[in-house]
Amino acid sequence: MLEIKGIYKTFNAGTVNEKIALKGVDLHLKEGEFVTVIGGNGAGKSTMLNAIAGAYEVDDGSILIDGVNVTHLPEYKRAKYIGRVFQDPMMGTAATMQIEENLALAARRGKLRTLRSGITSTERENYREKLRILGLGLEDRMTSKVGLLSGGQRQALTLLMATLQQPKVLLLDEHTAALDPKTAAKVLEVTEKIVTANNLTTLMITHNMRDAIAYGNRLIMMYDGKIVVDISGEEKRKLTVEQLLDLFSKASGSDEANDKMLLS
Amino acid sequence: MDLLQSFLNASPGAVAQGMLWGIMAIGVYLTYRILDVADLTVDGSLATGGAVCIVLMRMGVNPWVALLCAFMAGALAGMLTGLLHTRCGIPAILAGILTQLALYSVNLRIMDGRANTAINVNKYDLLVSQRYAQELSLDNPLVLLAIFLALLIALLYWFFGREYGCAMRATGANQNMARAQGINTKWVITIGLMLSNGLVAVSGGLVAQYQGAADVNMGRGAIVIGLAAVIIGEVLFSKAFRNFALKLVAVVIGAVIYYLVLQMVVLLGLDTNDLKLLTALIVALFLAVPYWKNAIPKKIAGKGKGHA
Repeated sequence: MLEIKGIYKTFNAGTVNEKIALKGVDLHLKEGEFVTVIGGNGAGKSTMLNAIAGAYEVDDGSILIDGVNVTHLPEYKRAKYIGRVFQDPMMGTAATMQIEENLALAARRGKLRTLRSGITSTERENYREKLRILGLGLEDRMTSKVGLLSGGQRQALTLLMATLQQPKVLLLDEHTAALDPKTAAKVLEVTEKIVTANNLTTLMITHNMRDAIAYGNRLIMMYDGKIVVDISGEEKRKLTVEQLLDLFSKASGSDEANDKMLLS
Repeated sequence: MDLLQSFLNASPGAVAQGMLWGIMAIGVYLTYRILDVADLTVDGSLATGGAVCIVLMRMGVNPWVALLCAFMAGALAGMLTGLLHTRCGIPAILAGILTQLALYSVNLRIMDGRANTAINVNKYDLLVSQRYAQELSLDNPLVLLAIFLALLIALLYWFFGREYGCAMRATGANQNMARAQGINTKWVITIGLMLSNGLVAVSGGLVAQYQGAADVNMGRGAIVIGLAAVIIGEVLFSKAFRNFALKLVAVVIGAVIYYLVLQMVVLLGLDTNDLKLLTALIVALFLAVPYWKNAIPKKIAGKGKGHA
């Protein structure tokens, strides 16, 4: 479903701030795979996700989604295939627009926008049902401005928006990192529910090792712009935090396993 | 009492002017509030609209057709700003200033090198004219302007409820989100600037007819008047008017109030040369008040969430 072949990305090339963020990443995701991504700060996790989404072009390599080469497509054209939830709850929704308007915008992802009605009454009923499943009471506030919602509610809404039209790939960039633990757990629960119900091919970055182990059916670890660990199936199910730390120190060839970004 | 009398005598004219400039203020609202872009093209495109409209009418073109051409000329100006901004990476404010500067020369070209082109109300069939501002008849510009504004607001209300209009609002609210939803934000911003400047040019075409001449300097400070109208409308009606159409009505009322206040201070003896200074001060004050309101309680109470 998603095929990444040897992608490279360097920021500020040729300056003192030069940063090689991706050094030849290869990754192949089968349909329905739910992959958790871990790694320290600057490992290239977000860069990889943004490269897939098209926030910037890669310097080398190619990205294929469901057989379509999207390497040179602008972000808005790739959106047709991709559902995204950002780390910042402010980023995924239009705060000055209503909940139902945000959903209607998402329902038209990748479609030609014309002078047809921005939202129809059939759509409204459909959204009400879907919001009810979130269990946050948003179905009774459909005409409220999204700016009035809490961070957790906004992330849950963004998640629903990202999956309203079945995406080929769902990209979750630490989407619970800005939330308090209780809300984060709730949003993760909703995430799992939606991903499983729709059999979505998903990449989820997380800083939380326990979450990385508990969710999904495959785990990859990035270090210094490369994928250094790739575990799936039975092996992933039996994985413990200790083993993961061990794997990390082996892969990085140092004792950086105590990197505090990884311990949470 | 003399003062009140002369104010009342002058007020129909002020209301008409407010409505004329209200059309421009709606254009400013589209960019400033909906697209979240401060577009300074306005000062130039207003005069472009006036010039195109008057020159065409003097050539015998039907006034409505001339107004349509003014719209298109304004839209082209907006397109230039949009392309400079979205395709050349120039900040929106600077892109607008560049277009505005270029338009000064273009406007002089349109008027055949003259800074001023008059149109005589006796010889031409003007849509609106100052001459009838006090009359109780259908020739009174207020009649046509009220109908025109009602139709315009209805049309915009309809448009912003459509898929494309919603995409435009989303682009103004959050470009990241808009792109993630597959919206070509560069193009949407350009279309928005075209629509806005088209309306500004229509306003210019009507203002020129109303005052009987197009002038290359007629747009100077237009953006500030537009902002004044938007802000006055919001300060007075933001609580009462939540519906989008009513918000546009508030903008027009804001423009009318602006001209009534201007009329008053002129009657009170203010030197007309100082008007722009006064306008700038008023707008600066109104822009600062919401900021102060947000900043001060935060310091005192130490709470409150800032929003983007």
